[in-house]
Amino acid sequence: MGLNKEGIVGLLLLADVTSTAENAIKHATVSVDYWSLLFVFAMASLLGFGVIVRVSRLLHTPLMSLTNAISAIAVVGSIIVTGHADYPLGIRILGAIALFASMTNVVSGFLITDRMLKMFKQPGGSGESKR
Amino acid sequence: MMHHLVQLAYLVATVLFVFSLHGMNDPKTARRGVQAGILAMALAIAATWAQPSITHHGWILAAIIAGIAVGIPLSKVPLTAVPQRTAISHAFGGLAAGLVGTAKFVLWSVYEPEELSQFRMGAIVLEVLLGFLTVTGSLMAAGKLQEVKWIPQRPVTYPFQNVSNIGLLGLAVLFGVLLVLNPTGSGAGFLFAGVILLALAFGVLLIIPIGGADMPTVISILNSYAGLSAVAMGFVLDNKLLITAGALDGASGLILSIMMCRAMNRSFTNVLFGAFGQVQAVAVDSEVRHYKPETIEGAAQVLEQANLVVIIPGYGLAVAQAQHRVRELYDQLTKAGITVKFAIHPVAGRMPGHMNVLLAEAEIPYSDLIEMDEINADMPQCDVALVIGANDVVNPAARTVKSSPIYGMPIIDADKAKTVFAIKRSKNPGFAGIDNELYFQDRTFMLFGDAKAVVGELAKHLAGGGGH
Repeated sequence: MGLNKEGIVGLLLLADVTSTAENAIKHATVSVDYWSLLFVFAMASLLGFGVIVRVSRLLHTPLMSLTNAISAIAVVGSIIVTGHADYPLGIRILGAIALFASMTNVVSGFLITDRMLKMFKQPGGSGESKR
Repeated sequence: MMHHLVQLAYLVATVLFVFSLHGMNDPKTARRGVQAGILAMALAIAATWAQPSITHHGWILAAIIAGIAVGIPLSKVPLTAVPQRTAISHAFGGLAAGLVGTAKFVLWSVYEPEELSQFRMGAIVLEVLLGFLTVTGSLMAAGKLQEVKWIPQRPVTYPFQNVSNIGLLGLAVLFGVLLVLNPTGSGAGFLFAGVILLALAFGVLLIIPIGGADMPTVISILNSYAGLSAVAMGFVLDNKLLITAGALDGASGLILSIMMCRAMNRSFTNVLFGAFGQVQAVAVDSEVRHYKPETIEGAAQVLEQANLVVIIPGYGLAVAQAQHRVRELYDQLTKAGITVKFAIHPVAGRMPGHMNVLLAEAEIPYSDLIEMDEINADMPQCDVALVIGANDVVNPAARTVKSSPIYGMPIIDADKAKTVFAIKRSKNPGFAGIDNELYFQDRTFMLFGDAKAVVGELAKHLAGGGGH
């Protein structure tokens, strides 16, 4: 039931792959090993499910701001588009805006997560516990 | 050589991101998790930037500084505004993905058409579609949460809404399929612009019919979309780190939205297309019923006699900023030897875990924040249930009234407590627009007023009245 949306996304992706399979051989100029990319995606998603399911329910709000920061890994793509030696000006401007947007998420995501986590106190103790 | 170093850095960053999330298992290890995440991100940025093909350092530096300048104030918002901040950051994430996808499309189709394979075109379409619909959808959600005037708070519905929304999305997908079939065709630019515009419009229309009570689910879904758009960017750029980190975020958003849906006993499709709150007129009874008001003094006396007090917070607590007053009340009661627990419903508030963060801010120990399933076992032994700004999550209609829009939703069993006090700002029904049976039962007494003021006065009475 809950997998409807994601299922559609997955199917779309698969449909793309199967339709490209034959053409990729013709257009041999582009040599992206998309199968290995899809494997990485599938494995990372499964790993993600395993890790996230165990996250304490107390921490769901910080979890969301932490994953905000992590998905701001889009900085990596934005840096490539912004800074690449051969790219024309217009492309670099788009990249710079993207880099600004994702960098905002990196900074505010990590900072607010830590700020919230600092507030979770154990009974009796005035600060966070150290073990 | 450089290539291998960069890939190694990406691999280490992936592992650190997984550790980072793993740390969130427990509040004790969570901050270490954040540190692992920061290290991973720094590593990823450094490795990418150090590549020889990256030469426009001034541009990168300027964008990064601007990002930091906006990011720092965004991390200092009051905790009651965290749902809005989260929605805005989803919008930023979607924007980054959409722009990078657009840049790569323009670059490839204008300068290097031989690079634009069908797989890449498909990935770009997904990236841009998810990215831009997340931008407008999240901005709409943030606007609703911030109660911006020109964005309607209540769900807006109109005839053929779902049909037209799905039609719009279908059209965008059709454009996408045409692009994939012929990525470098003559009309590709127009089709691509069409996909962007349709995605932006769909984002707005998707959120318009959604009410405040569904925000926890919607924010989680948008979280998942932001992650998946990063994954699509990874496919476009042939970058595995983007895929792994994006997948972690996508998985997190998906799990949270499933949990939120379960906590309301509703399906994804029902949340997105059901227009919650539409049915408000149905549940009204013809007979006129009366609330039984109680005074602060009376309530304080009953609280003093209790052994176990369960406080049930809801969004009203956040609106009234009452968390610090609640802490005062908690202190007075525990000082008198009374056990105080907080009953946390998964969808209380406007995002997953919202109540926990607010109460943690007020320095209430997290061992006293109890999940719904666990606290319900104790409710029959509870002497006083104090409902602060919660409504639907304690409404017994969810168990019995089949016609109610919240029928089947698991609730906190406040009605099983020996006495119930409910603090309520006004006599209006809650967000779902349904009358609450709990308020009319024999053992329930109402404390009307602003939650912050009422809780503050209760605490003051308990502090002063303890001696005589």
